[in-house]
Amino acid sequence: MAGNVKKKVNGDSHRQSRRGTEESPIVKWVLISIALAFCMVFLLLPLVNVFAQALGQGVKAYFIALSDPDSWAAIRLTLIVAAISVPLNVVFGVCAAWAIAKFNFRGKSMLITLIDLPFSVSPVVAGLMFVVLFGMNGFLGHWLQDHPLHLFGKEYEIKIIFAIPGIVLATMFVTFPFVARELIPVMQATGTEQEQAALTLGASGWTTFWHVTLPSVKWGLIYGIILCNARAMGEFGAVSVVSGHIVGHTETMPLRVQSLYEGGSAASGAAAFAVASLLALLALVTLGLKTLLEWKQAREYERAQHALAPIQEERKFPSPEDFR
Amino acid sequence: MATRKFNALPGFGLTMGVTAFFLTVMVLIPFAALVIRACGLSWHDFWKLATNARAMAAYKLTFGASFFAAVGNVIFGTLLAWVLVRYEFPGRRIIDAMVDFPFALPTAVAGLTLANLFAENGWLGKFLVPLGIKGAFTPLGVVIALTFVGMPFVVRTLQPVLEHLEREVEEAAATLGAGRLRTFVSVIAPTLLPPVLTGFALAFARAVGEYGSVVFISSNKPFGGEIAPFLIMMRLEQYDYTGAIALAVVLLVISFILLAVINVLEQWASHFQS
Repeated sequence: MAGNVKKKVNGDSHRQSRRGTEESPIVKWVLISIALAFCMVFLLLPLVNVFAQALGQGVKAYFIALSDPDSWAAIRLTLIVAAISVPLNVVFGVCAAWAIAKFNFRGKSMLITLIDLPFSVSPVVAGLMFVVLFGMNGFLGHWLQDHPLHLFGKEYEIKIIFAIPGIVLATMFVTFPFVARELIPVMQATGTEQEQAALTLGASGWTTFWHVTLPSVKWGLIYGIILCNARAMGEFGAVSVVSGHIVGHTETMPLRVQSLYEGGSAASGAAAFAVASLLALLALVTLGLKTLLEWKQAREYERAQHALAPIQEERKFPSPEDFR
Repeated sequence: MATRKFNALPGFGLTMGVTAFFLTVMVLIPFAALVIRACGLSWHDFWKLATNARAMAAYKLTFGASFFAAVGNVIFGTLLAWVLVRYEFPGRRIIDAMVDFPFALPTAVAGLTLANLFAENGWLGKFLVPLGIKGAFTPLGVVIALTFVGMPFVVRTLQPVLEHLEREVEEAAATLGAGRLRTFVSVIAPTLLPPVLTGFALAFARAVGEYGSVVFISSNKPFGGEIAPFLIMMRLEQYDYTGAIALAVVLLVISFILLAVINVLEQWASHFQS
């Protein structure tokens, strides 16, 4: 590829040699302007528009829209779903990362592919899978209806589709890889020497995990949790399939945004933006925390490289605890 | 990396057990359920359900819009990555952080605000609609929404490659008399091709499955306004489970093909790096 350049030597080479490997200032600023314009239209305007539309009818209308009982129910449901699905995914992610990063076994890459699978499935198809499994026409639908749960002398029908369990399952499915994906490279990078040392010194497996492994991967873990949580609270497609859209009962915040938007009136449109503004705020907080963590990791990485340059080989995400 | 010989770490059984349990319950069983139901269809029925006129129109919009969105992502993503890596300008770090905004923003919010922006009385629609550019409730709107959700892919796959590009090669090209444009076309561009294609495939794959943002900005009318995931949703609402499953299988197969393509591209790209 570089060979092509040799073919012809350009006549006005003195001009290029002056600039070396830089574009001329005009080209540079034209490129920057186009990039900035694109970011304006595709990043800034959509974001500002959410808040402008939400507050378009005044601050009072904004809070009235948010205090609507059905919107409150949606906010509560979103928080409940995230509070169940995120910790479960953390348990899974930590276990999967431990097994994959610290041990060698056959079929490891197959396992990683399977864990990543939910990312390549359309959310709607993901939701459909649970409908096929638990819906009335599905494999377990009738069985669940015929086998109610007996608790304290009462009968409870287990509803999964068009109910909260289905929403939790769908949310867990789409957020399944997040924590494991962030943790695996971090845990691989820290190696096993420190854990081996702790075990040799007589620490139990749990102690080793809590005091050696966890501190060294905590930023990676937090990073994964933040991303997982953002997606869990914002998931639309998969939840939309299994929820049944029962206002006040199975509507999460993104679904509430849709039903308000489809309400048609100016007031319900503004209310849709009011609920959406909370989700946009969540996205901004997520982005802020994410950037903060990345800067922190980069700084620590630099410092560690500096201090331990001769000993340290390529470690992707070291943390200060490693070097104390 | 752990070595099997001297590995005295405990917990393999426990963590592997938990992993296998979650994976089975959350991914494998739901997957198997869909596949088994799809296998219950005769080939003839499947073909009829998966390729009827309405489905074909949905594929056309899904893949057409995804393609144009991915092309847009390549053009602007490459430019953005270049500008972020090569130039210093005020606000660079903020923009760098903001590139991930489409990943962080719930898709429903993205669709809502984009539909509003490009609608007749929206901030952008006000100027664009009189010019004949209708962004809301049209196929163009679908492209816009998909461009938004796929934006970070090209930028984020290109950035590390650009950062590690050896400037000496460019200097050599300049010394040998190549103009800046020629250096870019003959020296830089070939190195960028594998990550650009990877970014394109990632953005395209994401766009094909996207639902949330598109429902808000598309007209959602049969024959021309429906994307494939939306048609699955419609089939479900009409209790046409087999119809929904047939479409889902088509989407799944295409996602897997794309996944394989992306894997090959990523390997190619990493080969290029070393």
